[in-house]
Amino acid sequence: MAIEHSAVQLTKADFVSDQMVKWCPGCGDHAILASVLNVFPQIGYKKENFCIVSGIGCSSRFPYYVNTYGFHGIHGRAAAIASGVKIANPKLSVWINSGDGDATAIGGNHFIHIIRRNMDVNYILFNNEIYGLTKGQYSPTTKQGKITKTSPFGVIDYPFNPGELIIGARGTFFARAVDNNPKTLQEVCMDMAAHDGAAIVEVLQNCVIFNDKTHKEITDRETKDDNQIWLHHGKPMLFGKNNEKGLRLNGTKLEVVELGKDGITEQDILVHDRTTENTGIHMMLAQMRPPHFPMAFGVIRAVSQPTYNQMFEKQMAEEKENGRIKCVDDLLNSGDTWEM
Amino acid sequence: MTTKKLIEKDDVVVKFVGDSGDGMQLIGTLFSDASALDGNDIATFPDYPAEIRAPHNTIAGVSGFQVNVGKKIYSSGDQCDVLVCMNPASLKSNLKWSKKGGIIICDTDTFTEEAIEKAGYSSNPFTDGSLSSYQVIQAPITSMSVEAVKGILDDKKSAERTKNIFALGMIFYIFNKGLDHTFAYLDKKFLKKNPQVAEGNKAVLTAGYNYCENTDVLEAQVHIAHAEMPKGRYRNITGNIATAWGLLAAAEKANLNLFLGSYPITPATEILIEISKYKSLGAKVFQAEDEIAGICSAIGASFAGSFACTSTSGPGLSLKSEAIGLAVMTELPLVIVDVQRGGPSTGLPTKTEQSDLYQALFGRNGEAPCIVLAASTSANCFDWAFEAGRLALEHMTPVILLTDGYLGNGSQLMRIPKMAEMPKITPPLATPNDTTYQPYKRNTETLAREWAIPGMEGLRHRIGGLEKQDGIGNVSTDNANHQIMTNYRQEKVERVANRIPSQEVHGPDDAELLVIGWGGTEGALRLACEELQAEGKKIAYSHFNYIMPLPLNTSDIMSKYKKIVVCELNMGQFVNYLRMNYPQVNFQQYNKVQGLPFEIGELKDKFNQILGGK
Repeated sequence: MAIEHSAVQLTKADFVSDQMVKWCPGCGDHAILASVLNVFPQIGYKKENFCIVSGIGCSSRFPYYVNTYGFHGIHGRAAAIASGVKIANPKLSVWINSGDGDATAIGGNHFIHIIRRNMDVNYILFNNEIYGLTKGQYSPTTKQGKITKTSPFGVIDYPFNPGELIIGARGTFFARAVDNNPKTLQEVCMDMAAHDGAAIVEVLQNCVIFNDKTHKEITDRETKDDNQIWLHHGKPMLFGKNNEKGLRLNGTKLEVVELGKDGITEQDILVHDRTTENTGIHMMLAQMRPPHFPMAFGVIRAVSQPTYNQMFEKQMAEEKENGRIKCVDDLLNSGDTWEM
Repeated sequence: MTTKKLIEKDDVVVKFVGDSGDGMQLIGTLFSDASALDGNDIATFPDYPAEIRAPHNTIAGVSGFQVNVGKKIYSSGDQCDVLVCMNPASLKSNLKWSKKGGIIICDTDTFTEEAIEKAGYSSNPFTDGSLSSYQVIQAPITSMSVEAVKGILDDKKSAERTKNIFALGMIFYIFNKGLDHTFAYLDKKFLKKNPQVAEGNKAVLTAGYNYCENTDVLEAQVHIAHAEMPKGRYRNITGNIATAWGLLAAAEKANLNLFLGSYPITPATEILIEISKYKSLGAKVFQAEDEIAGICSAIGASFAGSFACTSTSGPGLSLKSEAIGLAVMTELPLVIVDVQRGGPSTGLPTKTEQSDLYQALFGRNGEAPCIVLAASTSANCFDWAFEAGRLALEHMTPVILLTDGYLGNGSQLMRIPKMAEMPKITPPLATPNDTTYQPYKRNTETLAREWAIPGMEGLRHRIGGLEKQDGIGNVSTDNANHQIMTNYRQEKVERVANRIPSQEVHGPDDAELLVIGWGGTEGALRLACEELQAEGKKIAYSHFNYIMPLPLNTSDIMSKYKKIVVCELNMGQFVNYLRMNYPQVNFQQYNKVQGLPFEIGELKDKFNQILGGK
């Protein structure tokens, strides 16, 4: 099922489409597009072997802006369409672009099931906590209390945390990134491409028009060192301007501690293991957010498990080898038949 | 032993009814298969409740299996020559289907006072005279079965469970059939795993047969005339299996993998189950999380180069509407099978109806024309599934294939086709590195666009649900372009009429009445018309399988006849579609929505009434 690589080194220019990018100036989507255009040539597959699938929403215009095979679907259904693409041709590198409304509201069912099945796709979830294309209604990830066009008195819905949803749906890969940090976004995309199975990255993306600065507390230059923790496999979970803070497990709970205070040393700090199957620690990491915790970024979970497609192709190969019915004539003449 | 005379009959209808779990479907199938192997034509129909095991001995729990056996069989028949009732509830609910003077076999062991009352009788039907116009055989079937397996199957439950096979033995005697086929079945099924069960059932089968032979319960045996069918190799097949195989055959002739994205739904689930078995044929089946994911995965698979299908029933078709529009817009090949059932909403899941026609024709937002086909017999579900695949793949468009619960669950003999004789299917695949490729460049004859499949070199492109610019395929909101593309999508479907056969009429040109039907009612309509023709009535008959587009000669046919009646199991959907297309024609209609197929008698009455006879 290996995806065929390009014989020549491709560049970003090989993937830029001739379509005018129509996102608003300053939209976080531009940075995500730039990252993907940089990552695809690095991944190294033949350019015909990429297929981008989307649903509906601002982010779902993505396929038009990348010169690959692309399919712009209907609202919420990108995961289902992409599942069909991948099953039909497992030798394609399938990428999905979806927003918080597309993925977690109208497409919530397909979202959890593509994850549960460990379908071998790469899924970029653009989370701007708002419906942008329909001009500013609250989504399942909008913070409580937010005033939007359809919540003039403040949102009373409890929001989804996509990470919880993904890990709760038995996700094998969950990463988080921010739109204003292209270097790390590209690193995460490379990790996704390397992961066999459903790889989801939640990108905190800013909608300049309808939900500007919704991620400000986390992404602002002044506060990000204290409010972001970048997780690296095998490395202690440290953060802060000078890595002076860290996470440790206190009983069954995570706790933020300061190195050097109360005799805390690096020995006390948790070391990130993204490969552990147990979801407990990954779930706790995904749940962290200010003010009491930094938000976790990077690859939070990357567990190796057979993919739907590997198991599907294995059954297929075995049946083609051992199955009694080799052609439709065999089928038509199977069981009780007689001459008249 | 008493010697019985032998009566010849052209055809007989037998119905087996009992409690769910009494094994009525099994003995019905065994009798059908044995008859077919013996040289009869057959058509079967199972009639079972939506509940898996409704309360014991209630009307709600009655499960039935009807078979019509004979020389030339069009449908599973109306009135029964023989009704086998395994308990009072089954007699109570099925007596109306018994012919006056017909044989009714009852297992008297189950006719206890309590069970009779539970079935809703206020008096014992054996003694109150309500069965006086039937030939009732009161047989203690359960106790005779237990007696017959003594020493083989001694636990009470296993012993009593063989009673259906006893009844089958009786039926075999009545119709003068051999037991070999059923012996072979029992050996195959049980001999290795559970030899006592095989031996016990064989003993019971023989006991049932001997009971009829050795007692005076019957006056005569019946010999059913052998079939007069074209020479060839035959098999028995249900409509749902035939549909599944037709799709597999289309994939093979197109040299593509079949992809089926589906969600279980009565009465279409059998198609999903059947195709799931054939990974060896390259069939890729995805049991999706819902109906929408079923069709959307199929659209993805179609984009990626598979022959993609989804199977469902009415409620599922509703859920798929938006995605069908996506397939119309992206102009991808896709077959949507709708095994219709009684509606609206959840309706009558296990009962048949033809009321999804409007939905198939019109049930989408925007101008979204699809090809619509309808299978008309259980066996020809194979041909129409194949044709749906051929048209979808060669014309790059979604095709809705309508079958129904009656066709899907019913069975019929099928002459086994040879794949080498089936037409080759040639989808308009794009050529890799074709520098002139454009996603919406069209074939000038069919208007189909070319199919460029991800992975093909030099053909990268993007399509989707937004309106596309003619030819080049970029997103376009241009007003004039939308008109052009809408016209193309419409005309592409209409031009299919150039590549399909003419509509046939059976009967004289000077007939006073033309009977029109479509889909699963063919057997009943055809039989009713042929019987009237044989009586000298001036009646002709035409049955439609191509619904959208209609065959080119349809208008000519309509103008030929003074009186036209359109018969369908809905409130008049096809007749209104015809009125829309042929406003100058005066159509009469005959409709029924009772979850049941047409009966020959009611049709003949209606036609006679229109003809002014009687």
